[in-house]
Amino acid sequence: MPNRSQIQARAAMMRVRFEAAGAQVVDPPLLQSAETLLDLYGEDIRARAYVTSDALRGEQMLRPDFTLPVVQMHMRDGAEPARYTYSGEVFRRQEHDPDRANEYIQVGYEVFDRDDPAGADAEVFSLFALQLRGLPLRAATGDIGILTAAVQGLRTSDQRKAALMRHLWRPRRFRALLDRFAGRKPEPDHRAALLAAADPMACDAPMIGKRRPAEIAARIDALRADRDTPPISDTEMAGLDSLLGVRETMPYALEHLRDIAVDLPQITPALDRLEARIAALQARGVDVGKLDFEASYGRTSMEYYDGFVFGFYAERRPDLPPIATGGRYDALTRRLGNGAEIPAVGGVLRPDLMLEIEEAGQ
Amino acid sequence: MTLKLGVPSKGRLMEKTFAWFARHGIELSRAGSDREYAGKVDGIEDVSLILLSAGEIPRELAAGRIHLGVTGTDLVHEKLPRWEQQVEEIAPLGFGQADLVIAVPACWVDVETLDDLDAAAAAFRATHGHRLRIATKYHRLVREFLTDSGVADYTLVDSQGATEGTVMNETAEAIADITSTGETLRANHLKILSDGLILQSQATLWRSRVAEYGAAEKAALAEVMRRLG
Repeated sequence: MPNRSQIQARAAMMRVRFEAAGAQVVDPPLLQSAETLLDLYGEDIRARAYVTSDALRGEQMLRPDFTLPVVQMHMRDGAEPARYTYSGEVFRRQEHDPDRANEYIQVGYEVFDRDDPAGADAEVFSLFALQLRGLPLRAATGDIGILTAAVQGLRTSDQRKAALMRHLWRPRRFRALLDRFAGRKPEPDHRAALLAAADPMACDAPMIGKRRPAEIAARIDALRADRDTPPISDTEMAGLDSLLGVRETMPYALEHLRDIAVDLPQITPALDRLEARIAALQARGVDVGKLDFEASYGRTSMEYYDGFVFGFYAERRPDLPPIATGGRYDALTRRLGNGAEIPAVGGVLRPDLMLEIEEAGQ
Repeated sequence: MTLKLGVPSKGRLMEKTFAWFARHGIELSRAGSDREYAGKVDGIEDVSLILLSAGEIPRELAAGRIHLGVTGTDLVHEKLPRWEQQVEEIAPLGFGQADLVIAVPACWVDVETLDDLDAAAAAFRATHGHRLRIATKYHRLVREFLTDSGVADYTLVDSQGATEGTVMNETAEAIADITSTGETLRANHLKILSDGLILQSQATLWRSRVAEYGAAEKAALAEVMRRLG
């Protein structure tokens, strides 16, 4: 196993390479506001991050990643365009697998650039591929933006689209909602009974709690509106199903998705972006003919990514977490920017795992 | 050395545990006065009784400081991650039954299932600017259950007692707590979600997988197991 100073040395070397690519070194604090992280990730973050507190600042978290503080720093006082690199510890609670590290070093690279998103995507990916050259890794890519565009362009109510968007990152729940909206699963009995009641608000129990009667009435109205919304069409459902199943090398995936766009024309702008990205990757010498593309990739683990996503995996070590991951997170800059926003893409590498794989290969 | 048996130190749980062991020919009792937390074991060799708070028994088992312990399934599952690797379930004791459930105000006519709770949470957050609060002391179990069920936009707030009252006091919108008859929930105008059962718990005898077992402890354990049949 590589020791700490070997990992540090490798991290420093990798950071220097990112500096050579034009990045400025940043060093965000270890303690992050728990409130911001909770706002962003929800309660699930408590299972992944260590929480501590004091009486003055309240709850703080040991940084579970760098992206959030780097975005906050950039939105506060960054110049444009900007490239940042960093290396340092992140901390992750582990409750299920004692073999997974709860503290490890990440080296990252983030690009904030308005002018050429395809170029920035390709720049990040190809710099990562370069850092990882020679290791027996498999690269996976995807694009959350295509699924997002497909959902937002569905011919159904805004209410349904919002519900689907909210659960885009929970594939099982997303599927259950989709099946219900398509009329493939019946409305639950209790709901039909509620809506059929002469006075659905009638209740023997007293009104308690902060959720007021008006909010309950509003939900009943929303349920009624939903009942009267026609199902999502079979054509659109078929399109979504084939879209979610796309898993091919990049050029074939694009071709396949263009066919799907006949039924789901709303994804065409996102496909144009994919096409531009493929060209930009090719221009940087990436062999796109061998690069995998999965339309569902990144849906379970990468909650803030909303466009291009990628990961590098050790082919012979399925027990290891990804060696590197990254993607585009335009929406995150919007949420943290107080009105401002900027397209952003970046990712992180794990020098400890890289050294472990190298040692095993010798 | 002796085989150490941890038993809840107070109340009905202790009495019922003593009675259960007595039925198997193992006489447990408090040494000295009612206030003294030392125990006495008759009818079997090389077993010692340690009286502990029920909440501490999972930790003591996981640390290997006791070999056997009686406590609820809920506490073992909540306090010990990967509990199967640290303790082994020997026998359910047939009392102390309680369900860990999610309950919401009975006046929420539109919320019967987790799916409804999720939708209500989304709207609640948009209206009030904070996530829907669920009061509980079972943080890990509840979070894992809700994550698995695809519920979002909630937050857990810690409540170590009188959890049913938090909704009325507006410090939480819903609760996750143990209930045996549902009486306290009803009295506080709460109802259980139809798919809101997280765990069925009862008092259970556990064996520590990490404690050290010398010759005497092994013999005593074999004898306990023989008595339990």
